[in-house]
Amino acid sequence: MSDLNQNMIEKYRNSFLKEVEANVEEGEWVKMCMQCGVCSGSCPLGKHWAHPPQEIFMMIRAGKREAVLASDAMWMCTSCYNCIVRCPREVPITHIMHGLAHYAKRLGLAPKGQPTMAFSQIFWDNMLKAGRVNELKLGLSLYFKDGFVQGVKNSLANAKLGQNMMKAKRMNAAEFFGGHGVKDVSGLQKMIKKAQELEDARIAKYGN
Amino acid sequence: MAKREYSFYPGCSSQKGASSSNYLVSVQTLCEELDIKLNEIPDWNCCAASIGYGGGGVLPRLTLSARNIALSEQHNAGQDIVATCAACWLATREAAERFKHDGGLMAEASQALAETGLKLNNTTPIKHMAEVLVQDIGYAEIGAKVKKPLEGLKIAGYVGCQTNRPFGIAGESYENPLYLDRLIDTLGAQSIPTYEKKVQCCGGALAFSEPAKSQEMIKGIIEAAYDHGADMIATPCPLCQANVEIYQDQINNTYGTKFKMPVVYYSSLMAVAFGRSAKDAALDGQVVAAKQLEEIAKK
Ligand code: SF4
Ligand code: SF4
Repeated sequence: MSDLNQNMIEKYRNSFLKEVEANVEEGEWVKMCMQCGVCSGSCPLGKHWAHPPQEIFMMIRAGKREAVLASDAMWMCTSCYNCIVRCPREVPITHIMHGLAHYAKRLGLAPKGQPTMAFSQIFWDNMLKAGRVNELKLGLSLYFKDGFVQGVKNSLANAKLGQNMMKAKRMNAAEFFGGHGVKDVSGLQKMIKKAQELEDARIAKYGN
Repeated sequence: MAKREYSFYPGCSSQKGASSSNYLVSVQTLCEELDIKLNEIPDWNCCAASIGYGGGGVLPRLTLSARNIALSEQHNAGQDIVATCAACWLATREAAERFKHDGGLMAEASQALAETGLKLNNTTPIKHMAEVLVQDIGYAEIGAKVKKPLEGLKIAGYVGCQTNRPFGIAGESYENPLYLDRLIDTLGAQSIPTYEKKVQCCGGALAFSEPAKSQEMIKGIIEAAYDHGADMIATPCPLCQANVEIYQDQINNTYGTKFKMPVVYYSSLMAVAFGRSAKDAALDGQVVAAKQLEEIAKK
């Protein structure tokens, strides 16, 4: 378990809600939820959510820190925005789900090997290398994330799809050797590094 | 000089050899026909899409969009930003609104942005291409350009999630938006306003990380189109287009279905209806060929 996690347990000993309000994207909205359940009925992958959004909001208020942050429920969010436009309290549910998932990962509490978490990180790293996404490498890193043997199996299973995309000129093997990117890569990376530092500092100090 | 000019944010998937390169080709064609000039934002970067949230925190993600808006304000001053990708549009517009409501975030993003020597004013409207067509141009002007009406084609308008929510097109309902149907009708084809899956999620990025769960939803989207007797599905979103089109073989293997439903961009429909070639409409970019559109383009 990370040091940051220990620090946060110390700091917010009495209130998980306060911790969420301080450290999770749009977390200050959680208290506005009136438990109507509309959001929970809106998730396209609803049946796969161990705790649907309404329940997560209830658990946050009940201080169930571990149960929320270690859950893979939030990782089922498809960013469909159904909930946001339907919620009678205009709670930005999508962002809170993303925020909780990100925070759980930051603290090292998210379930190991969660596929959407893995993909999300692969996507982010891929994008940051050149400032634009390299779709070929994105696909390959996803297939090979569980090791070489599994990677070959996954690639073979999707071989026909890849051929179809190449035929339609919507996938390009040459992307493996470089590919698209921004010109000012170093500037972009400096900018993101700065943004990350500012955000880390804010989370570390908040509430003191 | 072109009648209308916009600052254009094409997005990663539109690049040459990428998954929606065909979208860009057909959009360029329709812009030629409608006398729209798209000035690409110089050195634009990825918007981090929705799925970037696991890797990047709020501020790094929003700062990516800040850079694009700042570049646009510097190089294409006074022009509205237009995006063709739903996720690009959503991320950029969401960032702009968050900065307006949260001075603290705006200050931090500006600080990070200063590392690249850029400054954000954040006064630029951010539009989806569908808004440009429906609001700035209008159905009448589009209809007047139709040379080859798409007669006899029944088309399910699949709007999807992020072109529709949370911002959507002004005046349209979230549960049953009708602008795509109206556009289809304007082009001379027959729309299916009662297509019940028109705003159903395709799984988005989870089509990669949770393929089985997502393909179950995609199956429903295609099935409903067949139930309505649709010849093809049309969509404004690159991820919807790819997800609904390219996994049909895998879905057929899993479920024993026999899907072979073309999924095209609204822009390909427009290019063909405007009398342009199959190539200009980027029909060569289909994984499931849109044969009926090819026929009309050949006439
Ligand atoms: S829809 Fe809004 S108010 Fe209702 S349970 Fe969900 S978050 Fe709470
Ligand atoms: S955006 Fe996420 S939380 Fe909201 S309805 Fe869709 S899947 Fe559920």
